[in-house]
Amino acid sequence: MNDKRRRRLDVSGLIIALGLLVIAILLRRDAGHMPPPPAYARIGPEAATNVVALGLVVLGLATAYTAWRGAGVEPERADWGPVALITLAFVAVIAIIGLGGGFILASAVLFALTSRAFNRRALLVDFGVGLALGLGAYLVFAKLLTLTLPSGPLEHLF
Amino acid sequence: MEAFPSLLHGLSVAIQPMNLVFAIIGVFLGTAVGVLPGIGPALTVALLLPVTYKLDPGGSLIMFAGIYYGGMYGGSTTAILINTPGESASLATAIEGNKMAKAGRGGPALATSAIGSFVAGTIATLGIAFLAPWLVEVAINFGPADYFALMVLAFVTVSATFGASPLRGLTSLFIGLALGLVGIDELSGQARLHYGVPDLLDGIEVTTLAVGLFAVGEALYVASRHKGAPEKLEPVRGSLWMTREDWKRSWKPWLRGTAYGFPIGALPAGGAEIPTFLSYATEKRLAKHPEEFGHGAIEGVAGPEAANNASAAGTLVPLLTLGLPTSATAAMMLAGFQQYNLNPGPLLFAERPELVWGLIASLFIANTMLLVLNLPLVGLWVKLLAIPQHWLYAGILVFATMGTIAAKPSVVELSMLLVFGLMGFLMRRYDYPVAPVVIGLILGPMAEQQLRRALAISLGDPIALVESPLAAGLLGLSFLALIAPFVLKGLDRFKADED
Repeated sequence: MNDKRRRRLDVSGLIIALGLLVIAILLRRDAGHMPPPPAYARIGPEAATNVVALGLVVLGLATAYTAWRGAGVEPERADWGPVALITLAFVAVIAIIGLGGGFILASAVLFALTSRAFNRRALLVDFGVGLALGLGAYLVFAKLLTLTLPSGPLEHLF
Repeated sequence: MEAFPSLLHGLSVAIQPMNLVFAIIGVFLGTAVGVLPGIGPALTVALLLPVTYKLDPGGSLIMFAGIYYGGMYGGSTTAILINTPGESASLATAIEGNKMAKAGRGGPALATSAIGSFVAGTIATLGIAFLAPWLVEVAINFGPADYFALMVLAFVTVSATFGASPLRGLTSLFIGLALGLVGIDELSGQARLHYGVPDLLDGIEVTTLAVGLFAVGEALYVASRHKGAPEKLEPVRGSLWMTREDWKRSWKPWLRGTAYGFPIGALPAGGAEIPTFLSYATEKRLAKHPEEFGHGAIEGVAGPEAANNASAAGTLVPLLTLGLPTSATAAMMLAGFQQYNLNPGPLLFAERPELVWGLIASLFIANTMLLVLNLPLVGLWVKLLAIPQHWLYAGILVFATMGTIAAKPSVVELSMLLVFGLMGFLMRRYDYPVAPVVIGLILGPMAEQQLRRALAISLGDPIALVESPLAAGLLGLSFLALIAPFVLKGLDRFKADED
């Protein structure tokens, strides 16, 4: 990372601190809904939740303090396009599997879109490669090793 | 329990033909996956876990031993040939080894790393075989308070003491601990943090977390910054064999590296970074030609590689005898045990000796197979390295997805994979270590159970936690390990002011 430099206020650090505090509040609220432990158990399932929540509060405050003092280092500029594309690929995979499209089709879509995110410009070729890879993986894992993989129209051909 | 007869018994299990086949498959797959750039040993084990789902525990654990060592070996090949260390423990190897490869001495670099790994792995495995029965004897008397203290120590050392920033390490750990709370509490049956989603009642799968953080997170991270051209693959030119001079310069670093690696790995301190850097620094100091360091010194490959392997074997000591994972890779191994409802620890040594000793013995066998297989097959591994980056990461994501849905075929599980992937990406981007999250998830619920058991036995008296001298000592040590980095940092600042 070449272009790290110091700056006055570390905004990302403050956001991280805020995130930690939000998680702590979620934990605390969850612990609040739990019934008190029976007498023989002394401490129940709520204790650990509270301890972790407390730890997150301390860490969140410490993170906020260091961010405020500007000790943070700015990461280099990210290229958000590929990140969004891979995220989209995963959303597509979840949709295909959820709607019964099957593992092989999902693999092909994931493969083609990820490859595209890495600057490759041959979407159809990669879709074909992904189909082949998905089919190979399906045959080895579902047929040979008898694992259960989600089935769709393509899988029913085998 | 004597080490030697048990080990012989283990060997008799491990050399059954079917188990040898499992070992060779494991070594082969482990190397093939470990050699891919950006994939460290922990991810190698996580990605290959589904391969073992349908095997019997014995064969599967033996395959695991092969995957474990194969993944380590593959990682150093990558470090030498393309200067992308899969993990910080191969950093030293990458510095010197890649320079050697650039100078046309890639063959001897690979050879010294392979033979050094073999030497270190063999000595360290012997170390496991002799240390484990003794530790098991000790551990059989451990009460819940002792276990709790041990786990607290592991938490602190893994996250705070040896990382770049204790604040960041502890933050990662607590995120892992928070994730560990999700699901039904084993002692009371209370459901925590499930938000009405039935899939969350079983808790968060360690493999989903690890694959999301390591594989998906890494892919997103690389994709977000791939403006820079990927490192060039150095062809292996010239002889693979080491000259007499190379041997003379390698054997002492191998032994010294092992001497650093195994004890540090066996302590619940986690991480192979410390021993590899200690070894690198030592070799640089002792070398006859220290000026060669940074330009391809063979000692700088031999020592750290041996240290790395020995420490990886060392982490198996607390894992097998106490059930305590102290590295991300060990956490994945524990997940491998847990898929058969096996819990490593003193009980497993007593109840399933053939399993534990079979595993230890197959570490020897895997090590030997690696030595025999890998140098001749180096051409094949180099071909794997030549897979273009876009196909490589696309393929990794396909297998990551497959592993996740094979473990738990549900849309919720896939969504978690994506969420953990995005989390892993942000953590890499903002410099938070990833391994403590995995350790927190797997060790957190175990620590909680031991704590509650200890308190239930003492009828709620917290003094019970420090009543045993061992527990008190370990907790004291944890406290020191927690404040040490802050104190040292303060000293640094003080020194800087003085200058």
